[in-house]
Amino acid sequence: MATMTDPPREAFRLSQLIYDTRYRSMTIQVVAFILIMSALFWLANNTVQNLAALGKDFNFSFLTNRAGYDINQRLIEYSNDSTHGRAALVGILNTLLVAFVGCILATIFGVTAGVLRLSSNWIVARLMSIYVEGFRNIPTLLWILIVFAIMTEATPAPRDFRGDEPAATMVLFDTVAITNRGVYTPAPVFGEGSMALIAVFIASIVGIIFFRRYAKARQEATGEILPVFWGSLGLLVVPSVIFYFILGRPITLDYPELAGFNFAGGTHMRNSFIALTLALALYTGAFIAENVRGGILAISKGQTEAAFSLGIPPGRTMQLVILPQALRVIIPPLISQYLNLTKNSSLAIAVGYMDVRSTLGGITINQTGRELEGMLLLGVFYLITSLIISGAMNVYNKSVKLKER
Amino acid sequence: MADTHLHSASFVRTEMLPEQTPPLTEGGAIKWLRENLFSTWYNTLMTVVSLYVVYWILSHVTGWLFFGVWDAGSLSECREIRNERYGEGTSVACWAVLTDRWDQLMFGFYPPEYYWRPVLALVFFLVAVAPVLFDGLPRKMLYMTASAPFVCYWLLWGGTIWGPIAVAAGFALPFLAARYLGEILGKLGATIAAFALPILYWLLLAGPIAGALGDAMPIGITYIRSGDFGGFMLAFIIGITGILLSLPLGVILALGRQSDLFIINKFSVIFIEVIRGVPLIVWLFTASLLLNYFLPPGTNFDLMLRVIIMVTLFAAAYIAEVVRGGLAALPRGQYEGADSLGLDYWQSMRLIILPQALKISIPGIVNTFIGLFKDTTLVVFIGLLDPIGLSNAIRATTDWNGVYWELFIFIGLCFFVCCYSMSKYSQWLERKLRTDHR
Repeated sequence: MATMTDPPREAFRLSQLIYDTRYRSMTIQVVAFILIMSALFWLANNTVQNLAALGKDFNFSFLTNRAGYDINQRLIEYSNDSTHGRAALVGILNTLLVAFVGCILATIFGVTAGVLRLSSNWIVARLMSIYVEGFRNIPTLLWILIVFAIMTEATPAPRDFRGDEPAATMVLFDTVAITNRGVYTPAPVFGEGSMALIAVFIASIVGIIFFRRYAKARQEATGEILPVFWGSLGLLVVPSVIFYFILGRPITLDYPELAGFNFAGGTHMRNSFIALTLALALYTGAFIAENVRGGILAISKGQTEAAFSLGIPPGRTMQLVILPQALRVIIPPLISQYLNLTKNSSLAIAVGYMDVRSTLGGITINQTGRELEGMLLLGVFYLITSLIISGAMNVYNKSVKLKER
Repeated sequence: MADTHLHSASFVRTEMLPEQTPPLTEGGAIKWLRENLFSTWYNTLMTVVSLYVVYWILSHVTGWLFFGVWDAGSLSECREIRNERYGEGTSVACWAVLTDRWDQLMFGFYPPEYYWRPVLALVFFLVAVAPVLFDGLPRKMLYMTASAPFVCYWLLWGGTIWGPIAVAAGFALPFLAARYLGEILGKLGATIAAFALPILYWLLLAGPIAGALGDAMPIGITYIRSGDFGGFMLAFIIGITGILLSLPLGVILALGRQSDLFIINKFSVIFIEVIRGVPLIVWLFTASLLLNYFLPPGTNFDLMLRVIIMVTLFAAAYIAEVVRGGLAALPRGQYEGADSLGLDYWQSMRLIILPQALKISIPGIVNTFIGLFKDTTLVVFIGLLDPIGLSNAIRATTDWNGVYWELFIFIGLCFFVCCYSMSKYSQWLERKLRTDHR
């Protein structure tokens, strides 16, 4: 009776570690691991020696010490008696503020330019090409400096607004003053009863969400289409306006006014903030414009034609057929542009905006001499921000991925 | 039958009529205008608004641009000439700052008597890189390409000629090892020797050999410290070196990230994500503030070299992601086909996978290069004198205090020309390498 026998077991030879593909990958990994670990150990060892030679230690207690420097832009309470940790927090919030406002503006610029670049209007398309190519091929830093120079050199000084025949006037019905010290805009003042108004506003937003759900359920059940856009707009505006007058105008605007040689009242946005945000938004917008254009071009014409042949009107074709497909192409690069904008906000140093690199990674390091700890914290902050944003992108990518089987 | 009928019928034409010109509104400029500018009411509105914007910009800028003053030694002199020529208070550009400070903008504080060296290095580099960019040129020129890094280094920094030669000799060692040691040590031994020998040679032998040769035959040109480098020369040196070094490193990282080997894969992922997650400016500050902590006590090396290393690592991480996209986009069959031909890992990568993956990734790679070149401006923050740093320095002098736009426009234009031609080259390359049938 013929039996299948195993091939004779050979004794393990050392050369198999290299010549046998079953073991070779193991060998390579072990060698790589040893090399990497010894390199890291070498770096760590050097660091320990260098720190010892300089008489420094490695700890983060400096974060609780008094900072002793002022920050002229802040979203939370801060004085020079606050701690370095609080200064870092102020910087982080300033970075996030630039990133947030910048991303919104960049999306507006980018989508507008991307759509207009595909326009059939020759001159508009050419102008948008100039915008996109100009911003894509010239360094961000230069744009930040240019916008900052425009803000400081080409705008009037506050004293030009004085006198009977001033050299400069405020814009937008005398409410916004653009000066070389920054832009002064009206600020909302929350009086008595404003909390109730805000509650009404939030309630109407919740109402809109429910109304949309109801409209969608109804359309799927009966095929009847409710006027979702006008309904939402009405829900958003009408209750808030009615309650605004019922409650006796609880929210008023505080207008900036000339007081002496400068403006007082209102909100003061510094040139550094405006220049940084605007330049980053314009720069990133040019890249987003290319993504948007690519995304729209990626949808084949057959999709539009198929939708039309089903009798779907143009507006709904865009909303239900083209956009969902184009967004799948547009959004991943869009989010990595947001990431780039957030990282580029560290160029704040060029205009003296107090972001996290200027507070934690700048003045704090200079004052305490803790380069290692400061840079480490700074790097970790940026790394966490990036990982959160790219994590969000991965979740989105999974949710819109074509379900192939 | 039909034939005779055709000829006998008097109302059937036998010759073609000359084509009539289309109606005036359906041809030529009018049709183009109607279709492209005034097709609908909102198109008309957009046209009018855009025309107004163009008019407004041109009316404000043209005179300033083209009637600028080109010959003056300082801003005040410039203003005097302007008042003389165009009357008080006219706004014209003062391009004289460019002619006055041209050398500085181009070379920084490089000694003027040696300006020919960077110029020659640039020419040499351009000639050397041409056969790589355009494959119509003679292949013999590739020898020049191989020698370019050393020749350019020697021309820029100067010093003894034996340093670069001793380093270049190290690159011959792997070939010698493969040829002569293969019989003695076997294939594996020769491979290890090919990696280990050059490193040992550079670490231990290259310095003394260069020193000895320099003592025996002192051939060399004046050494110039990198602190004197500046202007566009600096931007080009950092940009080009970064580009050349980051591509191979990025490809290796991408292969590492696609690899099945657990440790190599994880290490590549961590490296790429950490580098990409933190802005370049933080890495540059790390290079200038922290690098001394990580190196053995007493080491101190050139700031410019540190910057080049950081910029290279930074760009390599981005290129790795681009190449990974290309690797992932290849159909599985390509990998399986390579395996079924019996090619080993490196052969299949070199001959089948990478050529296709890199072709797909060309636009992304060139975009990364453009980004790297633009990012060379960031070195201003750690005290290197790149064009923007020099523009600040020029503005700080009493002669040119207050010159903004002329310098910004010039620097911006230079960067635009470089980056735009890079992107045009990549589009040309993409078209040339396209193999699908259209």
